Amino acid sequence: MATVPAPAPSVFRRTTNYFFRHPKFALILMLLPIVIWLGVVYLGSLSAMLAQSFFSLDGFSGRVIREFTFRTYSQMISDPANIDIILRTLTMSIVVTMTCALIAFPLAYYMARYANYRTKGLLYLGVMLPLWSSYLVRIYSWRLILAQEGIVTWVLRGLGLTGVLDWLLDIPAIGGSSLSFSYIGVYVVFVYIWLPYMILPINAALERVPKSVIEASADLGARPGYTFRKVILPLAFPGVVAGSIFTFSLTLGDYIIPGVFGNSSFFIGQAVYSHQGTAGNIPLAAALTVVPIIIMGVYLLIARRLGAFDAL
Amino acid sequence: MHSERAPLVLRIGTIGGLVFLHFPLLLIILYAFTTEDASFTFPPPGLTTEWFGVLFARRDFWEALQLSLTVACISTVAALTLGTITALALYRSRFFGRDAISLMIILPISLPGIVTGIALRSAINIMGLDFSIWTIVIGHATFCVVTVYNNVIARLRRTSHTQIEASMDLGATVGQTFRYVVLPNIATALLAGGMLAFALSFDEVIVTTFTAGQQQTLPIWIFSQLTRPRDRPVTNVAAIFVIAVTLIPLLLAYRFTRDTSSN
Repeated sequence: MATVPAPAPSVFRRTTNYFFRHPKFALILMLLPIVIWLGVVYLGSLSAMLAQSFFSLDGFSGRVIREFTFRTYSQMISDPANIDIILRTLTMSIVVTMTCALIAFPLAYYMARYANYRTKGLLYLGVMLPLWSSYLVRIYSWRLILAQEGIVTWVLRGLGLTGVLDWLLDIPAIGGSSLSFSYIGVYVVFVYIWLPYMILPINAALERVPKSVIEASADLGARPGYTFRKVILPLAFPGVVAGSIFTFSLTLGDYIIPGVFGNSSFFIGQAVYSHQGTAGNIPLAAALTVVPIIIMGVYLLIARRLGAFDAL
Repeated sequence: MHSERAPLVLRIGTIGGLVFLHFPLLLIILYAFTTEDASFTFPPPGLTTEWFGVLFARRDFWEALQLSLTVACISTVAALTLGTITALALYRSRFFGRDAISLMIILPISLPGIVTGIALRSAINIMGLDFSIWTIVIGHATFCVVTVYNNVIARLRRTSHTQIEASMDLGATVGQTFRYVVLPNIATALLAGGMLAFALSFDEVIVTTFTAGQQQTLPIWIFSQLTRPRDRPVTNVAAIFVIAVTLIPLLLAYRFTRDTSSN
Protein backbone atom coordinates (compact mmCIF):
# COMPACT_ATOMS: atom_id res chain seq x y z
CA MET A 1 0.00 0.00 0.00
CA ALA A 2 1.54 3.27 -1.10
CA THR A 3 1.06 6.37 0.97
CA VAL A 4 0.72 9.67 -0.72
CA PRO A 5 2.83 12.29 1.00
CA ALA A 6 0.97 15.41 2.05
CA PRO A 7 1.77 18.31 -0.25
CA ALA A 8 4.46 20.56 1.17
CA PRO A 9 2.91 23.74 2.55
CA SER A 10 3.63 26.81 0.46
CA VAL A 11 6.33 29.23 1.47
CA PHE A 12 3.73 31.88 2.23
CA ARG A 13 1.82 29.54 4.48
CA ARG A 14 4.94 28.41 6.25
CA THR A 15 6.04 31.98 6.95
CA THR A 16 2.63 33.15 8.17
CA ASN A 17 2.30 30.11 10.42
CA TYR A 18 5.79 30.74 11.71
CA PHE A 19 4.71 34.22 12.71
CA PHE A 20 1.59 32.94 14.42
CA ARG A 21 3.72 30.60 16.52
CA HIS A 22 6.30 33.32 17.22
CA PRO A 23 4.17 36.27 18.26
CA LYS A 24 7.20 38.40 19.12
CA PHE A 25 8.35 38.48 15.50
CA ALA A 26 4.82 39.07 14.30
CA LEU A 27 4.45 41.94 16.75
CA ILE A 28 7.62 43.64 15.57
CA LEU A 29 6.63 43.18 11.94
CA MET A 30 3.14 44.58 12.53
CA LEU A 31 4.38 47.56 14.49
CA LEU A 32 6.96 48.45 11.88
CA PRO A 33 4.63 50.52 9.61
CA ILE A 34 3.24 52.72 12.38
CA VAL A 35 6.64 53.18 13.97
CA ILE A 36 8.10 54.24 10.64
CA TRP A 37 5.20 56.53 9.80
CA LEU A 38 4.62 58.21 13.15
CA GLY A 39 7.83 57.50 14.99
CA VAL A 40 10.23 58.41 12.25
CA VAL A 41 8.37 60.69 9.83
CA TYR A 42 6.09 62.51 12.28
CA LEU A 43 8.15 62.63 15.47
CA GLY A 44 11.23 63.20 13.34
CA SER A 45 9.82 66.30 11.71
CA LEU A 46 8.43 67.46 15.04
CA SER A 47 11.79 67.28 16.77
CA ALA A 48 13.58 68.74 13.75
CA MET A 49 11.30 71.74 14.00
CA LEU A 50 11.75 72.09 17.76
CA ALA A 51 15.51 71.85 17.31
CA GLN A 52 15.31 74.88 15.04
CA SER A 53 14.18 76.99 18.00
CA PHE A 54 17.77 76.66 19.26
CA PHE A 55 19.10 78.17 16.04
CA SER A 56 18.97 81.88 15.44
CA LEU A 57 18.29 84.26 12.62
CA ASP A 58 21.04 86.57 11.41
CA GLY A 59 19.42 90.00 11.50
CA PHE A 60 21.40 91.32 8.53
CA SER A 61 21.44 88.52 6.00
CA GLY A 62 18.09 87.02 7.09
CA ARG A 63 19.73 83.58 7.07
CA VAL A 64 19.34 80.96 9.77
CA ILE A 65 22.57 80.33 11.71
CA ARG A 66 22.73 76.64 12.53
CA GLU A 67 24.46 76.87 15.88
CA PHE A 68 23.09 75.95 19.26
CA THR A 69 22.02 79.08 21.11
CA PHE A 70 19.32 80.38 23.45
CA ARG A 71 19.34 83.71 21.62
CA THR A 72 15.99 83.14 19.93
CA TYR A 73 14.35 82.38 23.26
CA SER A 74 15.84 85.42 25.00
CA GLN A 75 14.78 87.50 22.01
CA MET A 76 11.26 86.16 22.29
CA ILE A 77 10.97 86.83 26.01
CA SER A 78 12.51 90.29 25.90
CA ASP A 79 10.09 91.55 23.24
CA PRO A 80 7.03 92.94 25.05
CA ALA A 81 4.92 92.35 21.93
CA ASN A 82 5.45 88.61 22.27
CA ILE A 83 4.57 88.67 25.97
CA ASP A 84 1.37 90.53 25.04
CA ILE A 85 0.53 87.86 22.49
CA ILE A 86 1.11 85.04 24.96
CA LEU A 87 -0.93 86.71 27.73
CA ARG A 88 -3.74 87.56 25.31
CA THR A 89 -3.96 83.97 24.11
CA LEU A 90 -3.76 82.59 27.63
CA THR A 91 -6.51 84.90 28.91
CA MET A 92 -8.75 84.00 25.99
CA SER A 93 -8.17 80.26 26.58
CA ILE A 94 -9.08 80.56 30.26
CA VAL A 95 -12.23 82.62 29.67
CA VAL A 96 -13.37 80.39 26.80
CA THR A 97 -12.80 77.25 28.87
CA MET A 98 -14.80 78.57 31.83
CA THR A 99 -17.69 79.68 29.61
CA CYS A 100 -17.75 76.32 27.82
CA ALA A 101 -17.95 74.55 31.19
CA LEU A 102 -20.85 76.75 32.31
CA ILE A 103 -22.86 76.18 29.14
CA ALA A 104 -21.96 72.49 28.83
CA PHE A 105 -22.80 71.41 32.36
CA PRO A 106 -26.61 71.80 32.29
CA LEU A 107 -26.80 70.03 28.93
CA ALA A 108 -24.54 67.19 30.02
CA TYR A 109 -26.40 66.90 33.32
CA TYR A 110 -29.79 66.74 31.62
CA MET A 111 -28.49 64.08 29.22
CA ALA A 112 -27.13 61.94 32.01
CA ARG A 113 -29.87 62.26 34.62
CA TYR A 114 -33.21 63.11 33.04
CA ALA A 115 -33.26 62.14 29.37
CA ASN A 116 -34.86 58.79 28.51
CA TYR A 117 -33.16 56.37 26.14
CA ARG A 118 -34.61 57.90 22.98
CA THR A 119 -34.02 61.52 23.94
CA LYS A 120 -30.52 60.64 25.03
CA GLY A 121 -29.70 59.23 21.59
CA LEU A 122 -31.05 62.35 19.93
CA LEU A 123 -29.10 64.61 22.28
CA TYR A 124 -25.89 62.69 21.58
CA LEU A 125 -26.47 63.18 17.89
CA GLY A 126 -27.26 66.85 18.52
CA VAL A 127 -23.89 67.31 20.22
CA MET A 128 -21.88 65.11 17.85
CA LEU A 129 -23.13 66.62 14.59
CA PRO A 130 -21.71 70.11 15.15
CA LEU A 131 -18.52 68.53 16.44
CA TRP A 132 -18.03 66.65 13.20
CA SER A 133 -19.46 69.13 10.75
CA SER A 134 -17.05 71.38 8.97
CA TYR A 135 -14.94 73.59 11.22
CA LEU A 136 -14.62 76.28 8.55
CA VAL A 137 -18.30 76.27 7.72
CA ARG A 138 -19.15 76.71 11.38
CA ILE A 139 -16.73 79.63 11.64
CA TYR A 140 -18.17 81.12 8.49
CA SER A 141 -21.69 80.96 9.91
CA TRP A 142 -20.65 83.45 12.60
CA ARG A 143 -19.53 85.90 9.93
CA LEU A 144 -23.17 85.95 8.92
CA ILE A 145 -24.44 86.29 12.48
CA LEU A 146 -22.03 88.89 13.80
CA ALA A 147 -21.91 91.11 10.70
CA GLN A 148 -22.91 94.70 11.28
CA GLU A 149 -26.01 94.29 9.09
CA GLY A 150 -26.60 90.75 10.39
CA ILE A 151 -29.12 89.02 12.58
CA VAL A 152 -27.76 90.10 15.98
CA THR A 153 -28.11 93.76 15.12
CA TRP A 154 -31.52 93.07 13.59
CA VAL A 155 -32.83 91.34 16.72
CA LEU A 156 -31.43 94.00 19.05
CA ARG A 157 -32.94 96.75 16.93
CA GLY A 158 -36.29 94.96 17.08
CA LEU A 159 -36.04 94.88 20.86
CA GLY A 160 -34.86 98.48 21.03
CA LEU A 161 -31.57 97.39 22.57
CA THR A 162 -29.01 98.73 20.07
CA GLY A 163 -27.73 100.92 22.89
CA VAL A 164 -26.51 97.79 24.70
CA LEU A 165 -24.53 96.69 21.65
CA ASP A 166 -22.96 100.12 21.23
CA TRP A 167 -22.08 100.13 24.92
CA LEU A 168 -20.45 96.69 24.63
CA LEU A 169 -18.43 97.70 21.61
CA ASP A 170 -17.31 100.90 23.33
CA ILE A 171 -15.64 99.00 26.19
CA PRO A 172 -11.97 99.83 25.55
CA ALA A 173 -10.15 96.49 25.78
CA ILE A 174 -12.68 94.06 24.34
CA GLY A 175 -14.77 96.27 22.02
CA GLY A 176 -14.22 97.21 18.40
CA SER A 177 -15.89 98.62 15.32
CA SER A 178 -18.40 95.73 15.13
CA LEU A 179 -18.95 92.37 16.82
CA SER A 180 -17.02 90.68 14.00
CA PHE A 181 -13.97 92.81 14.63
CA SER A 182 -13.77 92.68 18.42
CA TYR A 183 -12.54 90.24 21.05
CA ILE A 184 -16.18 89.65 21.96
CA GLY A 185 -16.66 88.12 18.52
CA VAL A 186 -13.52 85.97 18.79
CA TYR A 187 -14.65 84.81 22.23
CA VAL A 188 -18.19 83.87 21.14
CA VAL A 189 -16.90 81.91 18.14
CA PHE A 190 -14.30 80.04 20.22
CA VAL A 191 -16.98 79.06 22.73
CA TYR A 192 -19.29 77.92 19.94
CA ILE A 193 -16.66 75.87 18.11
CA TRP A 194 -15.24 74.03 21.15
CA LEU A 195 -18.43 73.56 23.18
CA PRO A 196 -19.09 69.91 22.16
CA TYR A 197 -15.57 68.95 23.34
CA MET A 198 -16.64 70.04 26.83
CA ILE A 199 -20.12 68.48 26.83
CA LEU A 200 -19.02 64.93 26.02
CA PRO A 201 -16.45 64.36 28.85
CA ILE A 202 -18.72 66.00 31.45
CA ASN A 203 -21.54 63.78 30.31
CA ALA A 204 -19.32 60.70 30.46
CA ALA A 205 -18.30 61.56 34.03
CA LEU A 206 -21.91 62.14 35.08
CA GLU A 207 -23.04 58.88 33.49
CA ARG A 208 -20.58 57.06 35.74
CA VAL A 209 -22.02 58.49 38.98
CA PRO A 210 -23.80 55.44 40.45
CA LYS A 211 -27.50 55.89 41.14
CA SER A 212 -27.04 54.19 44.50
CA VAL A 213 -24.74 56.98 45.68
CA ILE A 214 -27.35 59.61 44.91
CA GLU A 215 -30.08 57.52 46.56
CA ALA A 216 -27.92 56.96 49.61
CA SER A 217 -27.38 60.69 49.92
CA ALA A 218 -31.14 61.30 49.72
CA ASP A 219 -31.87 58.48 52.20
CA LEU A 220 -29.46 60.03 54.64
CA GLY A 221 -31.50 63.20 54.53
CA ALA A 222 -29.66 65.39 52.02
CA ARG A 223 -31.84 67.71 49.96
CA PRO A 224 -31.37 67.55 46.15
CA GLY A 225 -29.35 70.78 46.15
CA TYR A 226 -27.03 69.48 48.84
CA THR A 227 -26.60 66.14 47.07
CA PHE A 228 -25.76 68.03 43.90
CA ARG A 229 -23.10 70.14 45.53
CA LYS A 230 -21.55 67.52 47.79
CA VAL A 231 -21.93 64.32 45.75
CA ILE A 232 -22.58 64.92 42.05
CA LEU A 233 -20.38 67.96 41.48
CA PRO A 234 -17.18 66.48 43.01
CA LEU A 235 -17.69 63.28 41.01
CA ALA A 236 -18.29 65.22 37.79
CA PHE A 237 -15.34 67.54 38.27
CA PRO A 238 -12.74 65.28 36.59
CA GLY A 239 -15.01 65.37 33.53
CA VAL A 240 -14.93 69.17 33.53
CA VAL A 241 -11.12 69.08 33.74
CA ALA A 242 -10.97 66.51 30.93
CA GLY A 243 -13.14 68.74 28.74
CA SER A 244 -11.04 71.76 29.62
CA ILE A 245 -7.97 70.01 28.23
CA PHE A 246 -9.57 70.15 24.79
CA THR A 247 -11.03 73.65 24.96
CA PHE A 248 -7.84 75.07 26.45
CA SER A 249 -5.42 73.44 24.06
CA LEU A 250 -7.55 74.07 20.97
CA THR A 251 -7.90 77.77 21.83
CA LEU A 252 -4.16 78.07 22.48
CA GLY A 253 -3.19 76.81 19.06
CA ASP A 254 -5.91 78.13 16.80
CA TYR A 255 -4.99 80.81 14.28
CA ILE A 256 -7.98 80.76 11.95
CA ILE A 257 -10.65 82.17 14.31
CA PRO A 258 -8.68 85.20 15.56
CA GLY A 259 -7.69 85.81 11.94
CA VAL A 260 -11.25 85.80 10.59
CA PHE A 261 -12.67 87.73 13.54
CA GLY A 262 -11.12 90.21 15.93
CA ASN A 263 -8.91 93.19 15.36
CA SER A 264 -5.42 92.86 13.99
CA SER A 265 -3.65 92.01 17.27
CA PHE A 266 -2.11 88.55 17.14
CA PHE A 267 -2.73 85.33 19.03
CA ILE A 268 0.10 82.77 19.39
CA GLY A 269 -1.00 80.74 16.36
CA GLN A 270 -1.09 83.79 14.11
CA ALA A 271 2.31 84.94 15.33
CA VAL A 272 3.79 81.51 14.55
CA TYR A 273 2.14 81.54 11.15
CA SER A 274 3.48 84.96 10.19
CA HIS A 275 7.01 84.26 11.47
CA GLN A 276 7.36 81.05 9.50
CA GLY A 277 5.69 82.49 6.40
CA THR A 278 6.36 86.01 5.22
CA ALA A 279 9.02 86.83 7.82
CA GLY A 280 10.92 83.60 7.20
CA ASN A 281 12.05 83.49 10.81
CA ILE A 282 11.69 79.75 11.42
CA PRO A 283 13.68 79.76 14.69
CA LEU A 284 11.36 82.32 16.28
CA ALA A 285 8.28 80.50 14.92
CA ALA A 286 9.59 77.27 16.43
CA ALA A 287 10.32 78.95 19.77
CA LEU A 288 6.78 80.34 19.79
CA THR A 289 5.26 76.90 19.21
CA VAL A 290 7.17 75.68 22.24
CA VAL A 291 5.12 78.09 24.39
CA PRO A 292 1.73 76.35 23.95
CA ILE A 293 3.45 72.96 24.22
CA ILE A 294 4.94 73.91 27.60
CA ILE A 295 1.68 75.47 28.81
CA MET A 296 -0.19 72.29 27.82
CA GLY A 297 2.45 70.14 29.51
CA VAL A 298 1.94 71.99 32.80
CA TYR A 299 -1.82 71.90 32.30
CA LEU A 300 -1.81 68.15 31.70
CA LEU A 301 0.24 67.57 34.86
CA ILE A 302 -2.32 69.51 36.91
CA ALA A 303 -5.16 67.72 35.12
CA ARG A 304 -3.69 64.35 35.99
CA ARG A 305 -3.55 65.40 39.65
CA LEU A 306 -7.25 66.26 39.46
CA GLY A 307 -8.07 62.81 38.05
CA ALA A 308 -9.03 63.99 34.58
CA PHE A 309 -7.36 61.12 32.73
CA ASP A 310 -9.73 58.58 34.19
CA ALA A 311 -12.60 60.64 32.80
CA LEU A 312 -11.34 60.78 29.23
CA MET B 1 -35.99 57.73 39.31
CA HIS B 2 -35.28 58.97 35.83
CA SER B 3 -38.98 59.65 35.40
CA GLU B 4 -38.79 62.77 37.56
CA ARG B 5 -39.07 65.98 35.61
CA ALA B 6 -36.00 68.14 35.22
CA PRO B 7 -36.06 71.57 36.88
CA LEU B 8 -37.11 74.36 34.53
CA VAL B 9 -33.68 76.04 34.60
CA LEU B 10 -32.05 72.81 33.48
CA ARG B 11 -34.50 72.35 30.61
CA ILE B 12 -33.98 75.93 29.46
CA GLY B 13 -30.19 75.44 29.67
CA THR B 14 -30.38 72.26 27.61
CA ILE B 15 -32.61 73.73 24.92
CA GLY B 16 -30.53 76.92 24.87
CA GLY B 17 -27.33 74.92 24.43
CA LEU B 18 -28.78 72.91 21.56
CA VAL B 19 -30.12 76.01 19.80
CA PHE B 20 -26.71 77.66 20.19
CA LEU B 21 -25.07 74.61 18.58
CA HIS B 22 -27.43 74.29 15.63
CA PHE B 23 -28.88 77.67 14.81
CA PRO B 24 -25.74 78.94 12.97
CA LEU B 25 -25.85 75.99 10.57
CA LEU B 26 -29.48 76.75 9.71
CA LEU B 27 -28.51 80.33 8.96
CA ILE B 28 -25.91 79.10 6.45
CA ILE B 29 -28.66 77.33 4.56
CA LEU B 30 -30.92 80.41 4.60
CA TYR B 31 -28.16 82.67 3.27
CA ALA B 32 -27.52 80.35 0.33
CA PHE B 33 -30.80 81.64 -1.09
CA THR B 34 -30.41 85.35 -0.46
CA THR B 35 -30.50 87.83 -3.35
CA GLU B 36 -28.03 90.14 -1.58
CA ASP B 37 -24.49 89.27 -2.66
CA ALA B 38 -22.38 92.01 -1.13
CA SER B 39 -23.33 91.91 2.56
CA PHE B 40 -25.01 89.67 5.13
CA THR B 41 -28.20 91.70 5.50
CA PHE B 42 -30.77 90.10 7.73
CA PRO B 43 -33.52 89.38 6.92
CA PRO B 44 -32.48 88.60 3.32
CA PRO B 45 -34.12 91.08 0.96
CA GLY B 46 -35.28 88.28 -1.37
CA LEU B 47 -34.82 84.59 -2.10
CA THR B 48 -33.31 82.99 -5.20
CA THR B 49 -31.77 79.72 -6.30
CA GLU B 50 -29.40 81.28 -8.83
CA TRP B 51 -26.30 80.74 -6.63
CA PHE B 52 -26.53 76.99 -7.10
CA GLY B 53 -26.17 77.56 -10.85
CA VAL B 54 -23.31 80.00 -10.32
CA LEU B 55 -21.46 77.48 -8.16
CA PHE B 56 -21.96 74.61 -10.62
CA ALA B 57 -20.44 76.75 -13.35
CA ARG B 58 -17.28 77.45 -11.38
CA ARG B 59 -14.45 75.16 -12.37
CA ASP B 60 -12.25 76.02 -9.38
CA PHE B 61 -14.96 74.65 -7.07
CA TRP B 62 -15.18 71.33 -8.92
CA GLU B 63 -11.41 70.97 -8.99
CA ALA B 64 -11.21 71.65 -5.26
CA LEU B 65 -14.03 69.18 -4.55
CA GLN B 66 -12.36 66.50 -6.66
CA LEU B 67 -9.00 67.02 -4.96
CA SER B 68 -10.61 66.85 -1.52
CA LEU B 69 -12.46 63.64 -2.34
CA THR B 70 -9.30 62.02 -3.75
CA VAL B 71 -7.20 63.03 -0.77
CA ALA B 72 -9.87 61.86 1.68
CA CYS B 73 -10.13 58.46 -0.07
CA ILE B 74 -6.38 57.82 -0.15
CA SER B 75 -5.89 59.02 3.44
CA THR B 76 -8.76 56.82 4.59
CA VAL B 77 -7.23 53.75 2.94
CA ALA B 78 -3.84 54.54 4.50
CA ALA B 79 -5.46 55.11 7.91
CA LEU B 80 -7.44 51.85 7.63
CA THR B 81 -4.34 49.83 6.83
CA LEU B 82 -2.08 51.40 9.46
CA GLY B 83 -4.78 51.61 12.12
CA THR B 84 -5.95 48.01 11.74
CA ILE B 85 -2.48 46.48 11.72
CA THR B 86 -1.49 48.51 14.77
CA ALA B 87 -4.68 47.66 16.65
CA LEU B 88 -4.20 43.95 15.89
CA ALA B 89 -0.65 44.16 17.16
CA LEU B 90 -1.42 46.06 20.33
CA TYR B 91 -4.74 44.78 21.64
CA ARG B 92 -3.39 41.70 23.38
CA SER B 93 0.21 42.54 23.99
CA ARG B 94 1.91 44.11 26.95
CA PHE B 95 5.44 45.27 26.39
CA PHE B 96 7.74 48.10 27.22
CA GLY B 97 6.94 51.05 24.97
CA ARG B 98 3.34 50.06 24.33
CA ASP B 99 2.05 53.23 25.98
CA ALA B 100 4.57 55.24 23.99
CA ILE B 101 3.08 53.89 20.77
CA SER B 102 -0.51 54.66 21.76
CA LEU B 103 0.57 58.13 22.84
CA MET B 104 2.24 58.58 19.47
CA ILE B 105 -1.01 57.75 17.70
CA ILE B 106 -2.99 60.34 19.69
CA LEU B 107 -0.32 63.03 19.44
CA PRO B 108 -1.16 64.34 15.94
CA ILE B 109 -4.73 65.22 16.95
CA SER B 110 -3.88 66.49 20.41
CA LEU B 111 -1.13 68.90 19.40
CA PRO B 112 -2.34 72.14 17.83
CA GLY B 113 -2.69 71.68 14.06
CA ILE B 114 -0.25 74.49 13.41
CA VAL B 115 2.54 72.56 15.18
CA THR B 116 1.96 69.46 13.05
CA GLY B 117 1.62 71.61 9.95
CA ILE B 118 4.85 73.56 10.36
CA ALA B 119 6.80 70.46 11.41
CA LEU B 120 5.71 68.53 8.31
CA ARG B 121 6.30 71.53 6.05
CA SER B 122 9.86 72.04 7.20
CA ALA B 123 10.50 68.29 6.90
CA ILE B 124 9.16 68.30 3.34
CA ASN B 125 11.38 71.27 2.56
CA ILE B 126 14.44 69.65 4.11
CA MET B 127 13.91 66.43 2.15
CA GLY B 128 13.49 68.46 -1.02
CA LEU B 129 10.09 66.99 -1.92
CA ASP B 130 7.70 68.93 -4.15
CA PHE B 131 4.36 69.86 -2.66
CA SER B 132 1.72 67.68 -4.27
CA ILE B 133 -1.35 65.66 -3.50
CA TRP B 134 0.95 63.17 -1.78
CA THR B 135 2.29 65.67 0.71
CA ILE B 136 -1.32 66.52 1.61
CA VAL B 137 -2.07 62.80 2.03
CA ILE B 138 0.93 62.31 4.34
CA GLY B 139 -0.37 65.05 6.63
CA HIS B 140 -3.93 63.73 6.62
CA ALA B 141 -3.10 60.07 7.15
CA THR B 142 -0.99 61.08 10.15
CA PHE B 143 -3.97 62.37 12.11
CA CYS B 144 -6.57 59.98 10.61
CA VAL B 145 -4.94 56.79 11.93
CA VAL B 146 -6.27 57.44 15.42
CA THR B 147 -9.97 57.18 14.49
CA VAL B 148 -9.52 53.76 12.87
CA TYR B 149 -7.18 52.54 15.61
CA ASN B 150 -9.58 53.56 18.40
CA ASN B 151 -12.59 51.91 16.79
CA VAL B 152 -10.83 48.68 15.86
CA ILE B 153 -9.03 48.19 19.16
CA ALA B 154 -12.26 48.79 21.11
CA ARG B 155 -13.96 46.11 19.00
CA LEU B 156 -11.06 43.64 19.28
CA ARG B 157 -11.10 43.93 23.06
CA ARG B 158 -14.71 42.77 23.02
CA THR B 159 -14.03 39.86 20.65
CA SER B 160 -12.73 36.68 22.23
CA HIS B 161 -9.31 35.55 21.10
CA THR B 162 -10.31 31.86 21.33
CA GLN B 163 -12.06 32.18 17.95
CA ILE B 164 -8.77 33.06 16.31
CA GLU B 165 -6.95 30.25 18.10
CA ALA B 166 -9.63 27.76 17.10
CA SER B 167 -9.37 28.84 13.50
CA MET B 168 -5.60 28.40 13.47
CA ASP B 169 -5.83 25.05 15.29
CA LEU B 170 -8.26 23.78 12.69
CA GLY B 171 -5.67 24.43 10.02
CA ALA B 172 -6.64 27.78 8.58
CA THR B 173 -3.81 29.98 7.38
CA VAL B 174 -3.25 33.40 8.87
CA GLY B 175 -4.77 34.87 5.73
CA GLN B 176 -7.87 32.69 6.00
CA THR B 177 -8.22 33.44 9.68
CA PHE B 178 -8.06 37.15 8.99
CA ARG B 179 -10.49 36.90 6.09
CA TYR B 180 -13.09 34.63 7.71
CA VAL B 181 -12.76 35.23 11.46
CA VAL B 182 -11.19 38.61 12.22
CA LEU B 183 -12.62 40.68 9.38
CA PRO B 184 -16.31 39.84 9.95
CA ASN B 185 -15.84 40.73 13.60
CA ILE B 186 -14.28 44.12 13.01
CA ALA B 187 -16.11 45.02 9.77
CA THR B 188 -18.46 47.64 11.21
CA ALA B 189 -15.71 49.09 13.39
CA LEU B 190 -13.61 49.49 10.24
CA LEU B 191 -16.51 51.13 8.48
CA ALA B 192 -17.15 53.54 11.34
CA GLY B 193 -13.47 54.38 11.79
CA GLY B 194 -12.99 54.78 8.07
CA MET B 195 -15.91 57.15 7.77
CA LEU B 196 -14.70 59.28 10.65
CA ALA B 197 -11.26 59.38 9.02
CA PHE B 198 -12.87 60.40 5.73
CA ALA B 199 -14.82 63.23 7.35
CA LEU B 200 -11.76 64.37 9.29
CA SER B 201 -9.64 64.50 6.14
CA PHE B 202 -12.35 66.07 3.98
CA ASP B 203 -12.72 68.94 6.42
CA GLU B 204 -9.12 69.59 7.47
CA VAL B 205 -7.72 73.02 6.76
CA ILE B 206 -4.92 73.89 9.20
CA VAL B 207 -2.40 71.14 8.43
CA THR B 208 -3.41 71.28 4.76
CA THR B 209 -2.44 74.95 4.40
CA PHE B 210 1.12 73.89 5.23
CA THR B 211 1.38 70.65 3.26
CA ALA B 212 -0.37 71.79 0.06
CA GLY B 213 1.44 73.70 -2.62
CA GLN B 214 -0.62 75.61 -5.16
CA GLN B 215 -3.50 73.14 -5.05
CA GLN B 216 -6.71 73.97 -3.29
CA THR B 217 -8.68 71.43 -1.32
CA LEU B 218 -12.30 72.34 -0.71
CA PRO B 219 -11.69 73.78 2.81
CA ILE B 220 -8.86 75.89 1.44
CA TRP B 221 -11.14 77.03 -1.36
CA ILE B 222 -13.77 78.02 1.21
CA PHE B 223 -11.14 79.78 3.29
CA SER B 224 -10.06 81.85 0.30
CA GLN B 225 -13.74 82.62 -0.37
CA LEU B 226 -14.09 83.82 3.23
CA THR B 227 -11.61 86.58 2.71
CA ARG B 228 -13.01 87.49 -0.72
CA PRO B 229 -16.06 89.74 -0.58
CA ARG B 230 -17.57 88.92 -4.02
CA ASP B 231 -20.28 86.32 -4.73
CA ARG B 232 -20.82 85.60 -1.05
CA PRO B 233 -23.86 83.31 -1.32
CA VAL B 234 -21.77 80.94 -3.49
CA THR B 235 -19.74 80.17 -0.37
CA ASN B 236 -22.96 79.21 1.39
CA VAL B 237 -23.97 76.82 -1.35
CA ALA B 238 -20.51 75.22 -1.17
CA ALA B 239 -20.88 75.06 2.61
CA ILE B 240 -24.14 73.11 2.24
CA PHE B 241 -22.23 70.68 0.02
CA VAL B 242 -19.52 70.24 2.63
CA ILE B 243 -22.07 69.71 5.40
CA ALA B 244 -23.80 67.03 3.31
CA VAL B 245 -20.59 65.24 2.33
CA THR B 246 -19.33 65.10 5.93
CA LEU B 247 -22.62 64.42 7.69
CA ILE B 248 -23.84 61.49 5.60
CA PRO B 249 -20.82 59.27 6.40
CA LEU B 250 -20.95 60.40 10.03
CA LEU B 251 -24.60 59.47 10.45
CA LEU B 252 -23.80 56.08 8.90
CA ALA B 253 -20.80 55.63 11.20
CA TYR B 254 -23.01 56.50 14.16
CA ARG B 255 -25.56 53.86 13.10
CA PHE B 256 -22.92 51.15 12.62
CA THR B 257 -21.37 51.63 16.04
CA ARG B 258 -24.76 51.99 17.72
CA ASP B 259 -26.21 48.79 16.27
CA THR B 260 -23.28 46.70 17.36
CA SER B 261 -22.76 48.23 20.77
CA SER B 262 -26.35 47.42 21.73
CA ASN B 263 -25.86 43.74 20.89
